[in-house]
Amino acid sequence: MSIDMSQFHQVFFEECFEGLEAMESGLLNLDMGDIDSEVINTIFRGAHSIKGGSGTFGFNMVADFTHVMETLLDEMRDGRRKVTQNAINVLLGSVDCLREMLTSIQNEQAVDEHAVALHKAALEQELNGGNSAVLIADIPTITETEAKPTIHNSDKPEDSPKEAEVGWKIAFCPYLDLLKTGNDPVRMFRELAELGELTALISIQDVPSIFELDPEECNLSWDIKVTGEIPESEIREIFNWVEGDCELDIQAIAQKPAKPVSVAPKASQPLPIEDTVEEFKEPDPAIPEPSSPVPDISILAAPLELPKAFDKPEEVPVSRTRDAIKLPNVESEIKNTVAASTSIRVDTAKIDALINMVGEVVITQSMLGLVGENFTMDKLDQLKKGLAQLERHTRDLQQSVMNVRMLPISFVFSRFPRLVHDISSKLGKKIELKLVGENTEIDKSVVELINDPLVHLIRNSLDHGIEMPANRLAAGKHETGIIELKAYHRGGHIVIEIIDDGNGMDKKKLIGKAVEKGLIDESAVLTDKQAFELIFLPGFSTAEKLTDISGRGVGMDVVRRNIEALGGNIEISSELGKGTTIAIHLPLTLAILDGQSVAVGDETYIVPLVSIIESINITEKMLNKVAGKGETFRLRNHYIPIIRMHKVFNVKPKNTSKTAEGVIVVVEGQGVLCGLFVDDLLGQQQVVIKSLEANYRRVEGVSGATILGDGSVALILDVPGLVRFSSR
Amino acid sequence: MASILAVDDSASMRKMVTFTLKGAGYDVEEAVDGVDALTKAQNRQFDCIITDVNMPNKDGITLIKDLRMLPEYKFIPMLTLTTESGMEKKMEGKAAGATGWIVKPFDPDQLLKTLKKVLG
Repeated sequence: MSIDMSQFHQVFFEECFEGLEAMESGLLNLDMGDIDSEVINTIFRGAHSIKGGSGTFGFNMVADFTHVMETLLDEMRDGRRKVTQNAINVLLGSVDCLREMLTSIQNEQAVDEHAVALHKAALEQELNGGNSAVLIADIPTITETEAKPTIHNSDKPEDSPKEAEVGWKIAFCPYLDLLKTGNDPVRMFRELAELGELTALISIQDVPSIFELDPEECNLSWDIKVTGEIPESEIREIFNWVEGDCELDIQAIAQKPAKPVSVAPKASQPLPIEDTVEEFKEPDPAIPEPSSPVPDISILAAPLELPKAFDKPEEVPVSRTRDAIKLPNVESEIKNTVAASTSIRVDTAKIDALINMVGEVVITQSMLGLVGENFTMDKLDQLKKGLAQLERHTRDLQQSVMNVRMLPISFVFSRFPRLVHDISSKLGKKIELKLVGENTEIDKSVVELINDPLVHLIRNSLDHGIEMPANRLAAGKHETGIIELKAYHRGGHIVIEIIDDGNGMDKKKLIGKAVEKGLIDESAVLTDKQAFELIFLPGFSTAEKLTDISGRGVGMDVVRRNIEALGGNIEISSELGKGTTIAIHLPLTLAILDGQSVAVGDETYIVPLVSIIESINITEKMLNKVAGKGETFRLRNHYIPIIRMHKVFNVKPKNTSKTAEGVIVVVEGQGVLCGLFVDDLLGQQQVVIKSLEANYRRVEGVSGATILGDGSVALILDVPGLVRFSSR
Repeated sequence: MASILAVDDSASMRKMVTFTLKGAGYDVEEAVDGVDALTKAQNRQFDCIITDVNMPNKDGITLIKDLRMLPEYKFIPMLTLTTESGMEKKMEGKAAGATGWIVKPFDPDQLLKTLKKVLG
């Protein structure tokens, strides 16, 4: 029977990547000095499953590699080997290597065999050069037996077939408990009979009287003769499972003495250390960076570029800084996300809820169908009731469907312990990462897009936020800095906070820098909040020295743009000497949006509710017209530019010039306030976002479209885009 | 046809085992770990149990131990499915009451052959 194994590959890869993540976080936990046998067991289980699966599905290279990891972990698990920092580093490196290997295989690319060989050599060196003398004798025994892929053979002392004999004499005397392992002598005899001619002589001398007989015990014993040219190994294979549950003597009929049944471990040799070991070098954080390439700023210049393209240039320097045996860099990580995004794992409870809801809708539909069949006015009440029910069920159904797309944010968070571990050890800082609210759920599409901005923000905190241990001690803080990554729901939003207890932001320094860079005027008076906002300006960087960790000041404006492209916003609060908190507010989903519909002429537009600050009526007198620069109005202390929507979209307005008859919707985008002049406010509603690019093309100032209740199409405004538009 | 409970925390292995066995006409049910398996085994009588050894929640060895305590599983064949082909693990399984073992990696034919051996 042949089975196409490739149908299981997708599941296998997903499982492997999950396993690798679990191993990685386990290893990082060990790293913190938490040597818990359950943790080691979890790591072991990861390697073990990958090995088992890859062997079965024919990825022998992966199987070979994980085998070495498994052996090492097995010794740690049994306490035969101490957990050392070096071993953890080697294992972490191997996890990376394995991930890259699996990604390559999954994408049907060639595996970087050189890197694999280096890692394997490192593992083997760790295995052999280990810290216990007993070890070396132990390892090969395990290896020896495990390396054999065939069914039950590894425990036999002698495998080589002996064909000369004409038959075998077997004395088989089961212990009383044999049946309780599910082994059945009849089954074994049947197998023997397949090998050759069988004669079995039953001995009943041990069978007790009928009153004392316990039917669950095996009181019989047999003298068996099998004739034919049968290799000893085949006979032994049949009794393989009952060794230890019986007395067994197998002798060749040709009077040859039987081999002893006891298992003698083979003489073992240590695993060969390959020559390549020499080449493997420990990563040396002290070695300075090869000059990092200047990030490609041209990408950043494109104003409406999609978020994914952005953080890539900044990632480059970091991937460069990795160990001599360089492992997954950002390109491959991006590939991972792309590959992973084609399928989604859903809790069966969610599917059940969905099916349940569909059932309800069907019932309502058939009820309405009955009402409609012979409709008379006295059925109006029934019709209304049915419609109300339909509305409720549709809403629930929508919710259930949205729920399917929700993933816990731990999908994003789980990568950060490793990031923090790698970077903090590189910087020589002591940093602990705390994750809070990892089970908070968020739409899958948001999960994919939020990763890069978060990586950037965390790097910033690591690099600029947390001080060196000595400075921290001097400031009376604990030597170990804490970064807290927190997620929770608030309203229809998810809030992600990055809280560090580092040095905080120095307002004076920020202002000084901004003045120096010519970003603001020297005489400008800024509030704390405004000063912190400075870091979002393009080209701003406060680090005294540029480091390869957090880039070179092209970052924060991109981060903000990415987050706003997701329909969210970002806020900073900071206290000098105490730390900084960065809060990101994101919509729970990208598929549905809370919007305010506004009328401009005969058209309806949707303004995302998150960006609206307030809506007001103003009179002509409040307007300031600046020649050539458009018009502004004064709202409390701010002068706010006005964008007349009918001009932007070339729509004939109802209230051509009378400012007092229209409404100003004050919106915020990229930290800038702006007033959108529209004819009227229509109402708030949830709208389903339809992509404009997919059906038409990208339009500046518009982020998408939706279909309204009456069937007409309304465009959804892209507030940051409009703000940029107005500032031109 | 005989009914089999396939226990493995790895979905790909589970699928592969199920697919193979179903293809051969067996009636197969899956369980994701020892706890799940124990519940399923109590709800319904299986003719054979195939279980992975190293699993979260309840490992295969404990599962076999627990199942052997139940009168209806006292003599049912139970196979461990494991890469830990060292004698030690196999014996541990046997001591717990396992009928035998299948060493990973295995191919579908091997699995069927072994199963035939216990189910006749």
